[in-house]
Amino acid sequence: MGRPASAHRRATLLGSSEKKTMAIKLPIYMDYHATTPVDPRVLEAMLPYFTVQFGNAASRNHPFGWEAEEAVEKARKQVADLIGANAKEIVFTSGATESDNLAIKGVAEMYREKGNHIITCVTEHKAVIDTCKRLEKEGYRVTYLPVQKDGRISLDELRAAITDKTILITIMAANNEIGVIQPIAEIGAIAKEKGILFHTDAVQIVGKVPFNVTDLGVHMASLSAHKMYGPKGVGALYVRRRNPRVLLAPIIDGGGHERGMRSGTLNVPGIVGFGKAAELCRQEMATEGERLRGLRDYLNDKLHRQLDELYINGSVEHRLPHNLNISFAYVEGESLLMGINDVAVSSGSACTSASLEPSYVLKALGAGDDLAHSSIRFGLGRWTTKEEVDYVADKLTSVVTRLRDMSPLYELAKEGVDLSTMQWQTEGH
Amino acid sequence: MAYSNKVIDHYENPRNVGSLPKDDMNVGTGLVGAPECGDVMKLQVKVNPQTGIIDDAKFKTFGCGSAIASSSLATEWLKGKTVDEALAIKNTDIVTELSLPPVKIHCSVLAEDAIKAAIADYKKKQVAEGKTAEKMAQPTA
Repeated sequence: MGRPASAHRRATLLGSSEKKTMAIKLPIYMDYHATTPVDPRVLEAMLPYFTVQFGNAASRNHPFGWEAEEAVEKARKQVADLIGANAKEIVFTSGATESDNLAIKGVAEMYREKGNHIITCVTEHKAVIDTCKRLEKEGYRVTYLPVQKDGRISLDELRAAITDKTILITIMAANNEIGVIQPIAEIGAIAKEKGILFHTDAVQIVGKVPFNVTDLGVHMASLSAHKMYGPKGVGALYVRRRNPRVLLAPIIDGGGHERGMRSGTLNVPGIVGFGKAAELCRQEMATEGERLRGLRDYLNDKLHRQLDELYINGSVEHRLPHNLNISFAYVEGESLLMGINDVAVSSGSACTSASLEPSYVLKALGAGDDLAHSSIRFGLGRWTTKEEVDYVADKLTSVVTRLRDMSPLYELAKEGVDLSTMQWQTEGH
Repeated sequence: MAYSNKVIDHYENPRNVGSLPKDDMNVGTGLVGAPECGDVMKLQVKVNPQTGIIDDAKFKTFGCGSAIASSSLATEWLKGKTVDEALAIKNTDIVTELSLPPVKIHCSVLAEDAIKAAIADYKKKQVAEGKTAEKMAQPTA
């Protein structure tokens, strides 16, 4: 949407802060949980595999195939090294949605005789929730654990949910909306004690904070390249080979690639990029994590200094360093996004359907639908600068202030009315 | 979500944002929607007792850009209309004027509800006021 005249008006709202941010390139990307750009070093590593070294990694009889296979095996090692796995435990897929499907459906089919019960949690990604729902239609029983106010599951509730029919626990490592990190090592210990397989959707955590499958007692982990500065369309499933050896029924049949677990010609350039991205994350994670934590805390502090009635969704302590999810009370999320349209972020409000259902993750925290409708997710990343954070904080401050001035809820709250006790007319809306 | 230029204009330059004294007998207030639905509109009209014409209208809205635009447009249309003319405003008029997509039609419905609620509140006050006036008038009659 091009609107130069309104851009000028918005600029005047910002006043003096606009001057020092003139050098910033707009729009600003602050939605790194959705996807990340490919790191130029990753792209460079990928390019030859499109044109020169274009062989099929499954071609055994000529150098084109050998080169491709060698590149894939190097990448397999790079990905494995990032999570403390053996290269043979990495199965390349088209992305984390496929990895989640393979882990859950693969275990469900392979261990059907052992049991039919799966435990997951209400704040999982749809790739896990909808896969579990599919299995429910096929006769499996699924327990969706609730989360506590901080977004983490209760280990006692997990223990209580386990039955002698439980074959799989699938709990995400870090949430994609609120960045809350689950007690993965503790869940791994419970799974080990009970002899149950443990899968984790580790898409948001891998490459951001240390994540070691051996230390954590994880049996399967879903990974995605495009969340860690690699290309889209490539992912992996870590599948443990010993203590215990995990067996999976494939969901795609064909040429028997990836040790029979995932047939289909390998996406060699994508896999090479995934490997390079994993290597860079392993080398730079510590410094990058600290830098982003600093910027994230700076953003949070600045917003809290400039605005009142902000609520952080989910645990602050157990949280990815580059995530911030805040509800700006009395302001609706979509109108907030409209006001900050030169900043790319996500909102928990979904005012696009008759049901107007806000984020199920935020609802699960018990935040109340009104606060879910007021939430913004910030995802900082490799190219986020302090200048950008300043711009975003100032911009949000001016837009939130303007929208609160026209919010009947803010007016009522300032008059001392308790909004939770009011009788609202909800029929038909 | 791609917004029409008119929605963007109302969002960025909302007309008639604010509040009228809700205890004024010539002011009608409508508060519709609910926070958990993501939309709350407060719409007020001030009716000139001599002419019966709405000579001021104000709104405050918690909601998406389309909800803000729908209520802003409603206040523009209300000014200068009689109470009966105001009740003839239909949500479909708002949809057409703002080019609202199907998923945003509920915003226009809410604006129509807000107009009706404000007028109903005004009429209720007039009836109450009339009764009070009658009672006060009785002893001297």
